[in-house]
Amino acid sequence: MKGRDWKEYDELNVNMGPQHPSTHGVLRLLLKTDGEIVKEAIPHIGYLHRSIEKIAEKISYTQFIPYTDRLDYLAAMNNNLAYTLTVEKLMGIEVPERAQYIRVIMAELNRIASHLVAIGTFGLDLGVVTPFFYAFREREYILDLFEMCCGARLTYNYMRIGGVANDLPPGFMDRLKDFLDYFVPRVEEYNQLMSFNKIFIERTAGIGVLPADVAKNYGVTGPNLRGSGVKWDLRKNLPYCIYPRFEFNIPVGTGMVGKVGDSWDRYWVRVQEMLESVKIIRQAMEQIPGGDIRAKLPRLIKPPVGEVFFRAENPRGELGFYIISDGSPSPYRLKIRAPSFCNLSVFEEISRDWMIADLVAILGSLDIVLGEIDR
Amino acid sequence: MQAIFEILKSIYPLRHLSEILLLLLSMVIFSAIILGIIAILVMFFVWWERKVAGHIQSRLGPMRVGGWHGWAQSIADGIKLLLKEDIIPANADRMLFKMAPYIVFASSFAAFATIPMTRSLIGADLNIGIFYILAITSLIVIGILMAGWSSSNKWSLYGAMRSAAQIVSYEVPIGLSILVPVMAAGSLSIKDIAEAQSGGIFSWYIFRSPFLFISFFTYYIAAIAEVNRTPFDLPEAESELVAGFHTEYSGMRFAMFFLAEYANMFLVGSIATLLFLGGWNGILPRPMLPEFVNFILKSLFLVFVMIWLRWTLPRLRVDQLMYVCWKVLVPISFFCLIGHGVWMVFMGEA
Repeated sequence: MKGRDWKEYDELNVNMGPQHPSTHGVLRLLLKTDGEIVKEAIPHIGYLHRSIEKIAEKISYTQFIPYTDRLDYLAAMNNNLAYTLTVEKLMGIEVPERAQYIRVIMAELNRIASHLVAIGTFGLDLGVVTPFFYAFREREYILDLFEMCCGARLTYNYMRIGGVANDLPPGFMDRLKDFLDYFVPRVEEYNQLMSFNKIFIERTAGIGVLPADVAKNYGVTGPNLRGSGVKWDLRKNLPYCIYPRFEFNIPVGTGMVGKVGDSWDRYWVRVQEMLESVKIIRQAMEQIPGGDIRAKLPRLIKPPVGEVFFRAENPRGELGFYIISDGSPSPYRLKIRAPSFCNLSVFEEISRDWMIADLVAILGSLDIVLGEIDR
Repeated sequence: MQAIFEILKSIYPLRHLSEILLLLLSMVIFSAIILGIIAILVMFFVWWERKVAGHIQSRLGPMRVGGWHGWAQSIADGIKLLLKEDIIPANADRMLFKMAPYIVFASSFAAFATIPMTRSLIGADLNIGIFYILAITSLIVIGILMAGWSSSNKWSLYGAMRSAAQIVSYEVPIGLSILVPVMAAGSLSIKDIAEAQSGGIFSWYIFRSPFLFISFFTYYIAAIAEVNRTPFDLPEAESELVAGFHTEYSGMRFAMFFLAEYANMFLVGSIATLLFLGGWNGILPRPMLPEFVNFILKSLFLVFVMIWLRWTLPRLRVDQLMYVCWKVLVPISFFCLIGHGVWMVFMGEA
């Protein structure tokens, strides 16, 4: 203690996480605080590392699909889709029409489920507990639908290279329609409880503003990028699957209650995206044809020698797979470009000089999932 | 208390004891009664909060323990907390750590001494009753600060500092808005204030003048902040500070904080009832229900509103909390105070 300047005690280093309710898993933040104000917040990651990329090099292409479930575990269908599309691109496989539609329905349903969790936990971070339960209530219907299709409720392992695992079970379409009819009015409920609540707006509007250029520089994607007013959605800009056949909008942040790119905008983009997903599912339900659900492929998948990169629009941003194939049944190298990882990297930049409570709000609005950050 | 004293005096073997002893004995008996009522109410509130929260969130809440809608849940929780290991962190300031829950608990329960639950069920009808309550509940902040400091946990310290700032600030609008009914009744004794509101719903202070009407709401809002409830629950904000000042407490010491919080809720409800909502006086001029029932029903309603708010609203930020206090509530309550003074002069009530 002797001989130290008093100024050294002005800053208090606080460890936030990995066991902390609002770090969304096992993220650890090192905060340098001056009273309630955070001078610097440094994220430390790696608590959930399972070396998924390395495992991929030892197992077959098909066997890796369940591992993708465990990346962003809230959007397992989308991960499945991105991975299978990558392998299909590498092998040049044509997927049957019906399978394409089923994939889109599943991916969009999972987008709704994932955004529901994002919105619910964001509310939880801001101290409003009830919408969390409402969001999980709605998510439950989606999980029931998934359970009908593949028997699993979180890690689906539903997509296959060249199609999907099973056809839709009987009665699925009716239940899906019931759910969509039930779900749309519920969004109004969230708006009343959260979106336009005065305290909620006070807590989120103008907080953690992410300017568009900073977002681009850090490689931020998904609702976080669109919240900053950038109209970039792979489903429209670099279309894959059968997305060009559907009509839907890309909601972007407009700074309706604060500045463009604040926490509220990121939240609001998610709310609107859920409704856009409902639109896509409705159109897909009308257009879905009969037919095969899987392309004819050999039992053992051996892609030709070469490399491929493919990215798809996940609920949290662009999930990319980079695969180098040496012609053997397992990839030579598989690299995952996880959206949450890039989204988290911008956190340090936009969380400077906010209060601790804002820090929680900003982190909640970035909506990270540690499963894909650590991989 | 006087009644108990008289009863004790009439019992044969006690008659020969000295007056002082009898007085002490009646004090003990009375505080046991009050403590019993409060403890039962607090148990009820814990269960009730969980039920209300459950139904707001489209759940059922506790359903198992005790049969009918899990009525015994609080008792089971209480027993569980009693049996839990008492953990004191290695680096904690042991004495302060142990003392803090008692200070919080004692000061919130001591406040009930001057709360008249009926005309006669009152511990001590002090002529400065409301002033006493303001003073004794201020002690809570010391307990919270002690808890936060002695836990040797940075998050607890944050909670404690927030709490200190919050409670000290919100005492200003509370004091100011309490002064309005005090002025109207011309007395600091809670019993007198409640007595002055007898004779039906329109003689309750809240409906007597627009200034009293507003100051009821300023009191209620400020009091929610004083007892650290959402939207002002920053000291324990679980998504920011985990549990604030009581993060490191376990077992019965935690239960002390927990009980004190619910006792405080009831205290706020009963003060608001007594000062603004006619206390034990019923809605109709003629007494319909027992005084105690009137008082409890009104207080319960106010507690219910607090629970309702908690499960509906998000939490404010520290600076916004201070803004609400100093820039909104304090000016409004000053306005009400002066306004009601003018009102009394011109309406000939002074």
